[in-house]
Amino acid sequence: MIKLKSPADLAGVRQQILSQRDPSKPCITICSGTACHAYASEKTATAFVSEIERNDLKGKVDIRRTGCHGFCERGPIVVIFPEEICYLGVKPEDVPEIVSTTLMENRLVNRLLYGDSNGEKIICEGEIPFYKHQSRIVFGNNRLIDPKSIEDYIAIGGYSALSKALFKMSPDEVLETVKRANLRGRGGGGFPAGLKWETTRNAPGKVKYVIVNADEGDPGAYMDRSLLEGNPHSVLEGLIIGAYAIGSHEGYIYVRQEYPLAVENLSIALSQARNYGLLGKNILGSGFNFDVTIHRGAGAFVSGESSALMNAIEGKVGEPRPKYVRTAVSGIRERPSNLNNVETWANVPLIISRGADWFTSIGTAGSKGTKIFSLVGKVNNTGLVEVPMGMTLREIIYDIGGGIRYGKKFKAVQTGGPSGGCLPQSLLDIPVDFDELARVGSMMGSGGMIVMDEDDCMVDVARYFLNFLAEESCGKCIPCREGIRQMLKILNRICDGEGRTGDIQLLEELSEVVRDASLCALGQTAPNPVLSTIRYFKDEYEAHIKERRCPARACKALISYYIQPEKCQACQICLRECPVGAITGGKNLVHVIDQDKCTKCGTCLEVCPPRFGAVVKTSGEPVPEAPPEGTQVERTKGARK
Amino acid sequence: MLLEIQRENRWLPPKALARVSQRLGIPINQIYHIATFYKAFSLIPQGRHSVSVCLGTACHVRGAPRLLDRVTDRLHIEPGETSPDMKFTLSTVNCLGCCALGPVMVVDGEYLGNPSAKEIKRVIASCN
Repeated sequence: MIKLKSPADLAGVRQQILSQRDPSKPCITICSGTACHAYASEKTATAFVSEIERNDLKGKVDIRRTGCHGFCERGPIVVIFPEEICYLGVKPEDVPEIVSTTLMENRLVNRLLYGDSNGEKIICEGEIPFYKHQSRIVFGNNRLIDPKSIEDYIAIGGYSALSKALFKMSPDEVLETVKRANLRGRGGGGFPAGLKWETTRNAPGKVKYVIVNADEGDPGAYMDRSLLEGNPHSVLEGLIIGAYAIGSHEGYIYVRQEYPLAVENLSIALSQARNYGLLGKNILGSGFNFDVTIHRGAGAFVSGESSALMNAIEGKVGEPRPKYVRTAVSGIRERPSNLNNVETWANVPLIISRGADWFTSIGTAGSKGTKIFSLVGKVNNTGLVEVPMGMTLREIIYDIGGGIRYGKKFKAVQTGGPSGGCLPQSLLDIPVDFDELARVGSMMGSGGMIVMDEDDCMVDVARYFLNFLAEESCGKCIPCREGIRQMLKILNRICDGEGRTGDIQLLEELSEVVRDASLCALGQTAPNPVLSTIRYFKDEYEAHIKERRCPARACKALISYYIQPEKCQACQICLRECPVGAITGGKNLVHVIDQDKCTKCGTCLEVCPPRFGAVVKTSGEPVPEAPPEGTQVERTKGARK
Repeated sequence: MLLEIQRENRWLPPKALARVSQRLGIPINQIYHIATFYKAFSLIPQGRHSVSVCLGTACHVRGAPRLLDRVTDRLHIEPGETSPDMKFTLSTVNCLGCCALGPVMVVDGEYLGNPSAKEIKRVIASCN
């Protein structure tokens, strides 16, 4: 491998890589992101390798394991270039058919294509509705490259932004461009990255640090992970450009150790970049020195907070410290430290190569560019979606996400992770950007978007987040530690059917204290899930407290199961499956649930054959009197085969 | 360094911590501060098989609490505990990043999306 000593060297290598590649040569890409990996995509990939060897196609077809494609619902995803034929849910046993039909005879395997609601088959990945409505400028390259290959990244124009910044722009110009692009932090706060850079740049002190925050801790959000795993060089390139603008020569990447693949791909990326002379001393012969260390986090949500993260990098416990002086001025070892999120850094090379004007042409007045969301929960197309700022929630959930699973009714969407809020149906048409979400009592956060349907209880959801935050609070400051605990206690009480009048008001008062008095953002935003659910779903709280009823029938203490005697066909399935033996009955005898024994696990409802539908879940109303023991079942028509 | 010790032994034995403290000249209380703060560290020995249930938000709304109940019923241990025969350690995690499969459980690195009671039984029986 040669060391690149000038921009011309880089361009030369790119030419060389491209000239060795034949764009018409078929290339099979297999998504190897975490979700597809969990679908056993590696088995599919090895099946392709051996099948291709068996058919003597070795050398005529390329195989590439790429990062996450985003359409996690239907993984493992296989895309065959140059036609971009997209097969979904490909299992190892499908591989021989794909090789023999598509590769050798140029015909399609129809059953693996995406079928829309009218049964029309869609061939090309970009035509699938899930992708069609997105604009994947940051995330889209994932599917084109092997994250373990710097050559792949260079081939699609990688590191050309770095070369442009180093040789055609002064640090001030780079800074000015990012400021003008109005790139706002993608990690949650939405603070303008350019201003932050400027603060660090102008802060006194020779040694300055730049840091990538990849301590993505929000449950239900995984876009940073997919970027780091799927395209680590784009983050690295952004970081080097930032370092150049700020005047820093040392960087850190703080990654959760729960993301082993991200750590692995990053380490490979760093050593490849060093070998090419894109990292280290005298980058591309420009005289600019910069190197990066990976720091693995050990599992603490609060360590994603900037000052806590810096404590952790210093080797101390990852607790936040008071920020009378911003970390941009006094961070790691009390030196100026600029911290940005993974996605923010990945946007930087794009802004540099295409310009600030291009970037500001996307998005809304206050929020520019795109944002990657992880669209999860009760939605048909789970996955990572990248959309321009300002798209409405409705478009994201219905056009891209394909609506609610099993035809249920939409209830709420939770954005912003544990610090965000739940938004109801009436707000589905607000444009999604930093300011709008904050206005309605939620936040952008890192981009989690969890869709909930009519079966989700909003009080329980608030309780879930508070429980999470209570566990993750580091305990350093009292408002957060004790306040969250007390709020959780009240929520637990409400969910257990022991809510008292005045609890809602008490929650609101506590929220105010926790919000105003906590040391770091974890505490300051902790009341959001509670406040937003009280604001939009007060009726549910009231039903729990006043009527002892859970409208969504989710809170265990407030629900009961019973079997409708007229529908029970005595099939004995529930009787066998009940883990606590609470169901009595026998052959031809109506089954009855013993309410005292029942643990409300819901197994009986799940196993009762849909054609009988005899088990009922209720809340807030008494369970009907059970029929006397030994009642014979009434056979319904069609129940017997 | 603690991460490596944890990976080797599946827990942090007191002896190892004492040695780290000695060699690095860091007071033992500081080491314990770190070892108890982060979730990745365990001060008690872990079982041979790790079973984790994802309690991330997406899994939560898709029924993770019920999945956890089933697993605890089957293993007879609560989250965070290890079975007396050192066979299983049950833990909960906050998000595994494969929300499309939710609710998810992971047994020794094998992912199971929305497993039925039968599947849970099978997987747990296959561990020895």
